[in-house]
Amino acid sequence: MPKLEVVRVSKYYGKIAALDGVSLNVKDQEYVCIIGPSGCGKSTLIKCIAGIIQPDAGEIFIDDQRVQHISIEDRKIGYVFQDIALFPHMPVRDNLAYGLAVRDRKPDHITSVTNEMLDLIKMRERSKSFPSELSGGAQQKVAVARAIATGSRLFLLDEPLGALDVLVRAELRYELKQLAKDLHLTIIHVTHDQEEALSIADRVVIMKQGRIVETGTPAEVYLRPKSLFTENFVGETNILRGEITGTEPGHCFVKIGSWKVSLPRSEGKVGDRVVATIRPEFLQLRKLSGESKLTGTIKQVVFLGSITRYSIETEAGFPLIAHQATASGFTDFKAGDTVTIVVDEKHMLLFNSPAQGLEKELALEASA
Amino acid sequence: MSKRFGKIVALDRVSFNMQSGEYLCVLGPTGSGKTTLLRLIAGLLKPDEGEISFDGKSVNNIDAHNRNAVYVPQQYALFPHLTVLNNVAFGPLSRGKSENEALEIASKTLEIVRLAWRGQSYPNELSGGMQQRVALARGLASGASLLLLDEPLGALDARLRLELRHRLREMVKEAGFTAVHVTHDRDEAMSVADQILVLKRGRIQDQGPPRRIYVRPAGIFVANLIGGANIIEGVVESASVDSCTIRVRGGTTIHSPPAGIAMNQPVVISLRKESIEISNQGLQRGNALKGKIQAVRFLGNSREYLVRQANGDIIALRRFQEGFEPAFQIGESVTIVFQKDDVMTFAYPPQGLRKELEIE
Amino acid sequence: MQSTPRQTTRGPTFSHRVLLLFERLSANRAAAKLVYSSSVVFFLFIVITPAIAGIVAQLATLPNLSLTVDVSLRMRNAVVSSFIVGLVVSSLDVVAGIPLAWLIVRRRSRWTTVLDSMADIPFVIPTVALGFSILEFWSGPTGISQMLGDGPVVSAGMVLIMLLHFAFSFPVIVRVMVGELLNYRETFEVAARTLGASAFTAVRTVTLPILRPAILAAFLLALARSLSETGATIVVAGTFENGVVFVRNARDASLSAAVTIASLVLIVTSLLVFAAIKITVPRFRFAPLKVWPRLERELSRSTVAMARNISSLLVFAIFVLLPCLFIAFPAVEAVASGVLGEAFASAGPWTNYWSSMLLSYLVAVLATCINIAFGLPIALLISRNRFGRQSTRILDSLVDLPIIVPSLALGVSLSFFWGNMGALPEFWVLVLAHTTITYSYFVRAMAAAIQGIPVELEDAAKTLGAMPLRVFRKVTLPLTKYSLLSGAILVFTRSVDETGATSAVSKALKTAPVLLVEWIRGTVAVTPAERALGVGFLVLTSFLALVALRLIAFRKEKT
Repeated sequence: MPKLEVVRVSKYYGKIAALDGVSLNVKDQEYVCIIGPSGCGKSTLIKCIAGIIQPDAGEIFIDDQRVQHISIEDRKIGYVFQDIALFPHMPVRDNLAYGLAVRDRKPDHITSVTNEMLDLIKMRERSKSFPSELSGGAQQKVAVARAIATGSRLFLLDEPLGALDVLVRAELRYELKQLAKDLHLTIIHVTHDQEEALSIADRVVIMKQGRIVETGTPAEVYLRPKSLFTENFVGETNILRGEITGTEPGHCFVKIGSWKVSLPRSEGKVGDRVVATIRPEFLQLRKLSGESKLTGTIKQVVFLGSITRYSIETEAGFPLIAHQATASGFTDFKAGDTVTIVVDEKHMLLFNSPAQGLEKELALEASA
Repeated sequence: MSKRFGKIVALDRVSFNMQSGEYLCVLGPTGSGKTTLLRLIAGLLKPDEGEISFDGKSVNNIDAHNRNAVYVPQQYALFPHLTVLNNVAFGPLSRGKSENEALEIASKTLEIVRLAWRGQSYPNELSGGMQQRVALARGLASGASLLLLDEPLGALDARLRLELRHRLREMVKEAGFTAVHVTHDRDEAMSVADQILVLKRGRIQDQGPPRRIYVRPAGIFVANLIGGANIIEGVVESASVDSCTIRVRGGTTIHSPPAGIAMNQPVVISLRKESIEISNQGLQRGNALKGKIQAVRFLGNSREYLVRQANGDIIALRRFQEGFEPAFQIGESVTIVFQKDDVMTFAYPPQGLRKELEIE
Repeated sequence: MQSTPRQTTRGPTFSHRVLLLFERLSANRAAAKLVYSSSVVFFLFIVITPAIAGIVAQLATLPNLSLTVDVSLRMRNAVVSSFIVGLVVSSLDVVAGIPLAWLIVRRRSRWTTVLDSMADIPFVIPTVALGFSILEFWSGPTGISQMLGDGPVVSAGMVLIMLLHFAFSFPVIVRVMVGELLNYRETFEVAARTLGASAFTAVRTVTLPILRPAILAAFLLALARSLSETGATIVVAGTFENGVVFVRNARDASLSAAVTIASLVLIVTSLLVFAAIKITVPRFRFAPLKVWPRLERELSRSTVAMARNISSLLVFAIFVLLPCLFIAFPAVEAVASGVLGEAFASAGPWTNYWSSMLLSYLVAVLATCINIAFGLPIALLISRNRFGRQSTRILDSLVDLPIIVPSLALGVSLSFFWGNMGALPEFWVLVLAHTTITYSYFVRAMAAAIQGIPVELEDAAKTLGAMPLRVFRKVTLPLTKYSLLSGAILVFTRSVDETGATSAVSKALKTAPVLLVEWIRGTVAVTPAERALGVGFLVLTSFLALVALRLIAFRKEKT
C-alpha cells in the first residue's frame, strides 16, 4: 500500500534553492502529475524521493517509514527516465529480467515474470531485439515494464514521454494511466506538458522555483485555480489589469480599460489594483449588436483545426484572445470585422495584483 | 527530388513550390525526411535525383555559402565562443560586409527580437527561449532571403512553445523572409503556417493551407495526423449521387458524402471528434448512433467522451465549454449525432490500416 | 545597447585582401581537392609507404638470410617474452588504472584534479629518464634497497622491465578511461540501482560492459607501448632480452640478418595480435546475468570503496609516481656536487650532450610542424567523412599503423627504405622517421576534437555565407585550438622522447635520449653525477611541457 509523505524537503545548490521546504502527500493508488516551468525543481523532487539525490533538509516517508538512510536499491521504487535508459548491451528480455536477476531470483520465476511483462506490453515477438532496434515509444514501454517487473508499486516517472513524438505521446499517456489502474500503482508523474497532466492525473501539483504553488484536481486547477501563476501556466488565458471601482457585499466592480464588470469577491477596497483573467474559450463572438457591453475589432484570425483563434483589440482598450470551436458555426469572422464579445462572467477570475510585478510572477523561465 | 543514404531512401520524388514571403511548415513524424529536406535546400546535401531552384534558377551546383538560404538547426548551433552580438554579426561578416556594418546590422536585428541588452553575453548564459531568439536573429541578419528552421521550438517546454510560436511567425513575417519550418507538432504547424506539407517516410502525403488540410485531408494518414479523428473500418453498402452509405461492424450504417468508391469495397472512415454532438433528444442530423459513455477525459478547454457502441466500437467526441462537472456521466446512455458532411471516406489502404497510420 | 566606437572606414588592407583570396580559393572545389589529396599523398608516400616498403624489401632479402641455431632460439624467446610482458603488464594496468580513473571522475574535487595531472607524469617524462629513474629506485643503492637493507630489491631483468612498462603505460589507461567516464551517461547506472542493483552490481553488470570498447582500446594502446618502447627497456633489461632488446643487441653485434628477421617478426606478430584482439573480443556476448546480492552489497559499502581508493592510490604512488619522480634525487645531488658549472661550460662529455639536445629539439620542432601541416587535412577528412565511407574507414585504420608497429622495427624498415634511396642525408631521414612515428598522435587528437564539435555548428556557418576556410578559421579552429595545442605538445614530447627508431635510423647523429642511453649503460664513460644531471635536464624540459599542457587544459575548462 505505498503512500508517500514528503515533509519540508529542501535542496540547495550553492545559494540557489532547487527545493525550498516542499511538502506533499500522495495517497495509495493516486496518480499525481507534477508540472511547472524548467528549473522549478520537479525533477529534483522525485530524485530526492528515489534517493538519487540527498536532500539538505526535511523528511521523506514511504508507508510511514523514514527513508533517509535507505539506499536507492532498497527503496523499492520504480523509476522511469526521460532518456529511457534501457541497457544498450542487453536485449529486451534481459532488460526486463534485470530487476529480478539482481535479486538472485530463481530462473523459473524470472522467466515467467518476464513473459508476463512481454505480454503486458504486447512485445513477445521482440524479446530478442536490442534497444537500438526499437522505436522510441516501444523503448519507453519496455522501460516501464522493466520497472514493473520488480514488483514495485510506487512509481516515479521523470518526463517519461518527453523524448517521443507528439502523436505517440498522446496515445501512450492513456496506456500509462490504464496500466496504473490495472496494477494498482501509486504514481508520481513529472511533465511539462499540461494537457498530458490534465488528462490523466487524479491530482495535479504545480511547482515554481522550488516551491509548490498549488495542488488540486485537473478541473480545479484549470477552472478554479487559487493563484495567478497557475491560471497562466495551465493552458492559455487572457490577463487583464484593472482596478476596483466599487464594492458591495460579496461583489466588487472592476474597471478594465473602459469596461466595467461585476465579479464575486469578498475582500478588497476601492482603488485596489487587481488582475482579472478569462480563458479564451469562455469568450463568444457574435455579430455586432446594439446592446453589446463589450465590442472589439478582429486583428488576426488563425485556424487551428478544432478551434479558431481570434486576436481582438477591444474598444475598451485592451487586447483579447478568443477561441471559437470550429464546429460551432460562429467562425466566419475575418480580420477587420467588428464584433460583440460575450463574456461568460462566471468563469472570470480575480486575483490580487502580484507584489513583484506581473512579468516576474508569470515568468516561465528562470531568466539567466 | 530524391535523396538516398546507402539503401535508405530518405526522400522519394518530393516536389513542391513555394511563393516568396510564404511560411511553409513541413509536418511529419520523426524519420519522415524533414531534416534531410531542409539540408538539401540549404545546400548541405546533394540530391541524388531532381532539381532545386530559387527564383527560377537551378541551385543544384551552388554551394551552401552562396545559396542565400540560412539553416537554423534544432539545437540552434550558436557559436559558443562568440558573444551574442558576434554570433548575429557572423552572417553579414561572412558575406563581405565590413566589421562596422556587420555590427550595425546585428544590433538592429537584436532589437527586433528584443535581446539587444544581452549583446555581450555568451550563449551558454542565456535561457532556452532566449537562445532561440538569438538563433533566429542570426538568421534574419544574414542577408539571406530564405529561412530554414529545423524544429525551432522543439527544445522548449510545452508552455513556452505555446507562447513563442506566434511571436516566431510575427518576427519572420515582419522581416520579410520566406520560411520553411519543420516540425512534428501538428498544433504548431496549424497555427503558424500559410501552407502545410505533410511528409511520411520520404513522400509527400498532402500539401495545402491549414484549413483545407483539416477539412479535406488527402488520405487517412493525414486525417489522423492533423488531428482528433475517430477511425472506423467498413464496407460500402450503397452509393448514390449525393451520398454514400457505409456498413460498419455489427450492421450499423454511416452516411457520408459520395466517395467515388464502388460497392462492397472496404473503406476507412475518419470522423473528427469535435464534429460529433451528444443529443439526448435523438435529433436526426444525418447520422445518429446510440451508445454508453465509457470514459470521460478532462483536457482543460474541453472534455473528451468515449462512447461505446452496441457493436463494440468506441467513438470519441470532444465538447468545448464544459463546466466544472462533466455534462455526462460514465454509464449514461446517449445518442451521438453528426452531419453527413463531416464524415470523410477513404479507400482502405492496400498495405493495411495499421501500417498506414504508423508514426514510428 | 553597446555600440562599437566609430572608426573611419578604411579600405581593405593587404592582409585582408590576401585572406579573402584564400577564402575564395577554399570554396573552389579543385583547390580544396588539391590540398586534401596532397595530404593524403604525403601520408601514403612519406608515412606509410616507407614503412611498408622497407618491410617488403626486407622480406625480399629473407631467403638469403640465415641464422645460427642459438641466435634463432634467442630470437624466438625474445619475441615471445615481448608479448608475455606486454599482455601481463597491460592487464595489470587496466586493473589498476580503472579504479584510479573512477576516483578522479566520480569524486571531483580540487584534489582529484591534482591527481589527474599527476597521472600524466609518466607520460611526459622521456622514457630514457624513466628507465634510469626506475633502475635507481628499485635496484640502485640510493633507492628502496637503501630502506630495506639487503641489496637491490629488484635487479635489472624481466621483472624490472615489467615494473617499467607498468609505470609508463599507466597514464594511457587513466587518460582514456577518464575521458570515457566523463562521457558516460550515468543514467544507466542509476537506472540499474532503481531496479534493485547495489552500486557494485550496477557497475559490474551495466557500466563496465557498456565501456568495454573503451577498455579494450586502452588495453591495446598499453600493449602497443609495451611492445614498442626501446630506450628505457634497454636501460633496465640487464641480460634479459625481449624483442626490442634483442634487435638492439643484434645490431650492436652486427648480426644484420638477425636484426632484419627479428624486426620483421615483431612487426608481423604485432599486427596479427592486434587484429585478432580487435576482432574477437567485441564479439564475445555478455554472459547471462549472475549476481550474488549479499556479497555485492557488502562490496558496495563505503568502507570497501574507501579501501579500494586507498589501495589504488598506494599502487599509483609506489609503482608509478615515486619511481618516476625518483630521478629528482640524483639530479639534485649532482647539482649540489658542483657538476652544474661544468655542464654549462660545455666541458668534457657535455659538448656532445648539448649538441644532442639541440638536435633533439630541432628534429622535434620540424616533425611537429610537418605533422600539423599535413595532418590537419587528414584529421578533417577522417572526422567529417568527406572521403566517402569506405575510403574513410581504410584511411582511419591506416593512421594507426605507425603506433602498432614497434618503433624500433619501424626504424629498421625506414633506414632500409631511405638508405636504399641513397640521396637523403641522415638528418632528414631522422626528421621523417620522427614525423612518421608521431603522426598518429596528432591526427587522432585533432580528429577526436573535431568530432566533438557538433556538425550543426559548421552547417549553420556555411549557410550563413562562410566559405570553407572561414568556417575553419572562425568556427572549427577556435573550438579545437586547445586540442591542437595539446596534440602539438604531445607530438613534440614524443619526438624528444623517441629512442627506438632513432637508434635504428641514425648512425652518426645522436639525439639526446640515445646519447643518454649510452651514458647510462656505460658505453660512454661518465660519472654518476653527470649522468643524473644529464637525465635531469631532459626531464626538466618535458616537465615544462607538462605544465603547459595542464595550463591549456585548465583554460579549456574555463570556457
